[in-house]
Formats: sequence, structure tokens, C-alpha cells
Amino acid sequence: MTLPAADTAGSCYSLYVNHWFCPSYLRDYQDELTAATKEHAQITIISVLIGLLVAVPLAVAAREIPRLETSILGVSTIVYTIPSLALFPLLVPFTGISKTTVIIGLALYSLTILVRNTLAGLRSVPDEVRESARGMGYGPMRMLVTVEIPLALPVIMAGLRVATVSTVALTTIGSIVAYGGLGNLLAQGVQDSFKAQILAASVLCVLLAFGLDIVLLLVQRVLTPWTWKARVG
Amino acid sequence: MIGDALAYLLDGSHWSGSEGMLGQLGQQLLLTVTALVLTMALALPVALLLGHLGRGGFLAINISNVGRAVPTFAVLILLSVGPLGTAVLGPYGRAGLATLVALTLFALPPIITNAYVGMREVDRDTVEAARGMGMDGRQLFFSVELPLAMPLILTGLRLALVQVWATATIAALVAGPGLGNVITAGFYRSDYGKGLAGAIVVAAVALVLEALAALAERYADPLATVQRRQRAMIAVA
Repeated sequence: MTLPAADTAGSCYSLYVNHWFCPSYLRDYQDELTAATKEHAQITIISVLIGLLVAVPLAVAAREIPRLETSILGVSTIVYTIPSLALFPLLVPFTGISKTTVIIGLALYSLTILVRNTLAGLRSVPDEVRESARGMGYGPMRMLVTVEIPLALPVIMAGLRVATVSTVALTTIGSIVAYGGLGNLLAQGVQDSFKAQILAASVLCVLLAFGLDIVLLLVQRVLTPWTWKARVG
Repeated sequence: MIGDALAYLLDGSHWSGSEGMLGQLGQQLLLTVTALVLTMALALPVALLLGHLGRGGFLAINISNVGRAVPTFAVLILLSVGPLGTAVLGPYGRAGLATLVALTLFALPPIITNAYVGMREVDRDTVEAARGMGMDGRQLFFSVELPLAMPLILTGLRLALVQVWATATIAALVAGPGLGNVITAGFYRSDYGKGLAGAIVVAAVALVLEALAALAERYADPLATVQRRQRAMIAVA
């Protein structure tokens, strides 16, 4: 994309004017900004959901089998060490230049955060509670679903919030394989030195991160009313 | 594609020269280490003192939450297109100043949070006992709190080191220095073997740095050294 040549009166972006704050840019490029934000949110949410779906069973399994725990934590450290700009290209031979590449990479990153937190959450359930549930005749599966996971939710949700916020930031790097949501606008903006676009995309990124964080905070309050009603009452 | 990458890695000419991978690797290491040293000089004294005094906890804890939400990619771009852009900074290369500032900012949260939390988590009974023995604030800081907080402080430094290395790769996206150039050049010009080769080198160095830092952490931790010595003495006895 190139800057429009016509220097319309009062415009704050053109071949000759290049302002950081530019309401007319926001107006003219509204569709592009909305589409990029939607793609960004979609990539983030799908990645974190996949991460969560894999992390919970892994954490449960790791709790049962100590040797599995060591290897899971070891592998997750290694994955987290690999820079995102390197991870996406490393996945390309398997998944091609596609949205899937970005989603798998981001799911891997969020998985490493989520496994640790889910494990910590399950460990935070008091032994007495587990004993009582067992005494009341709860089997392992019923205990996990109706006792342990609900009690572990505050810690799991804390991990989910960290994972979501970091994933929003990391999604921008997806622009290396052309699927980075707002990151694409950032990369384009730096090539054209288009200040209004750079600032708008950066601000939208931060807003998206905080927005998703607030949604998760509200979900957590609805799911675990006991953690905050007690403080109010 | 993997074959192309291996062929690229095995060709010596790709490693040599100022634009070669060795040069880029050196430049990225220089950036990483400088940024880390700058951050340590800026953040450690303040965070440790605040931890010692027990003040400013809210700031120390929340700085990492805010830091996570701000994409480093965006910060780098804002700085390089903004006031710190384009200039060449000695051995740090093009956009060197913008990259250095972005990386320094980026390393602040883990170092501040871990140093502060490390100081605060020192067992209060131990601190009381040290005070009861007549230690003043200075002695308490240097001979009780700092050694006991060392494991967490070092973990923060290790996290920062690896994260800064990883982020320094992104500098290539704003025409900055480092191995990221190999990756972006490969991908933008559809030379996927080259891009993949760059990614392999970056990931490998990240793993080496992580391992080296973990090793250094073990040897720099005064408590672990004491424990090793005790174990050795028991073994001798």
C-alpha cells in the first residue's frame, strides 16, 4: 500500500504530511483496521483455546505420573526459549504459509504457560477436601470435574489471563508469514514509514489485550463467585 | 525445504563477512548483553532497595503485567520510526539506538519483579533474628537479604537474557541488526531454506544461552555453593 498522492485539505496523512495522530486515517482505513483487529482476535482466541484444551489433560496426566511431569516441564522450557520469529519459520515446512502456522506456534507458547498453572492449580486443592470427597464416595473422574477443577479455577484462570495477554502481543510476529492481524499493519507501516498506521495498530493491540483480559476477569468472577463474594460480605 | 536449510548452514560463505551469519550473531549478542547490563544498572539498585524497604510493591508487581500487554514489535517500530530512528550507533548498526532502548525497556519487568519479590520473600523471622543480633540496615541488606534473595534475582536475569535474545531477533523487522535479518531476508524473498537456516541458528543459540545461564545460576547462587561445600565435607568425612 502506498500513501495517497492527493493532498486533501485538512488531511493528516499524504505523501507530504505524516502525523502520528490522525483521525482521518482512522476514518478512511476503518474497514482495514476492523478486519485486522478481527483476524488478530480470532488467531489469539483460537490459539489459547487449543492450548487450554491440550494443557488440562496434560496437567492431569502429569500429576499422576511424576516422570511425565519432568519431561513436560522440560519440553515447555525449551519451547518457550525459542524466539517467535524463529518458531513460525520452523513450522512452515510442515504447515506452509498459513494461518495454521501462526495458530500452532501461539498454541504451543500458551500451552507452556497453561500446563504450569493448571498443575499448580490442581496442587493447590487442599488434601482435606480431596479426602472428604473420597469419603463421600466420589470417584476420581467425578472428583476431578466437580471438586478439583472448580477449586483450581482461580489459579488456572490467572494462567489463562497471562497466556491470552502475551498471545495478543505475540500474534503481531505472525506477520513474518503474512498472518499477524494488526502485526501486518505494523510491518506495512514500518516499510512505508506510515506513522498514523503504526500508532493506530499499536494502540489497538494494547486495547485488544486489555479488553480480552477484562472479559476473562469477568468470566472468572462468574465461574468462581466464592472468591470475591467472601471479600465483599 | 529442510534440505535447503542444511545446505545453507553448511556453506561456509554464508557465515563469513560482515553480512554473514557469524557477524549478525555477534552483533545480536552484543546488543543482548549491552541491553541486559543497562537494565541491570538501571533496575537492580532501585528494585533491591525498594524490596529492602518494603515499599513500591504495587509498581514492582504490576510493571510485568503491563509489560506483557505491550507488543515489543510495536515498541520497536514506534521507537525506530519515531525520534530514535535510522541513525547508526557504532557497532550496534542501523536502528541500533532504537533497538537498544526497546530491549532495555523489555528486560525491565522480569528483573524488577524478581528482585523485588526475592527481597520481600526473605523469611521475616530470619530478618528479625538478624536485627536482634544487632545488624544495621546495611549489614542486613548485604549479608542476609541479598544472599537469600539471590536465587530469584538470578532467575529474573536468566529470563531477561533469553527474552532479550529472542526479542533482538525482531529488530530485523525494523531494518535493525542481528540474525533476524537472515530469517526475514529468506522469507520475504521466498528463499525458505535461508529463512529456516536463520531460525535454526537463532533457536539453537537461545537454547545454549538458556543452558549457560542455568549453569551460571547454579554457581553464582551463594546458598547452593554453601550446600555443595557441606555435601563435599560430608562426603570427605
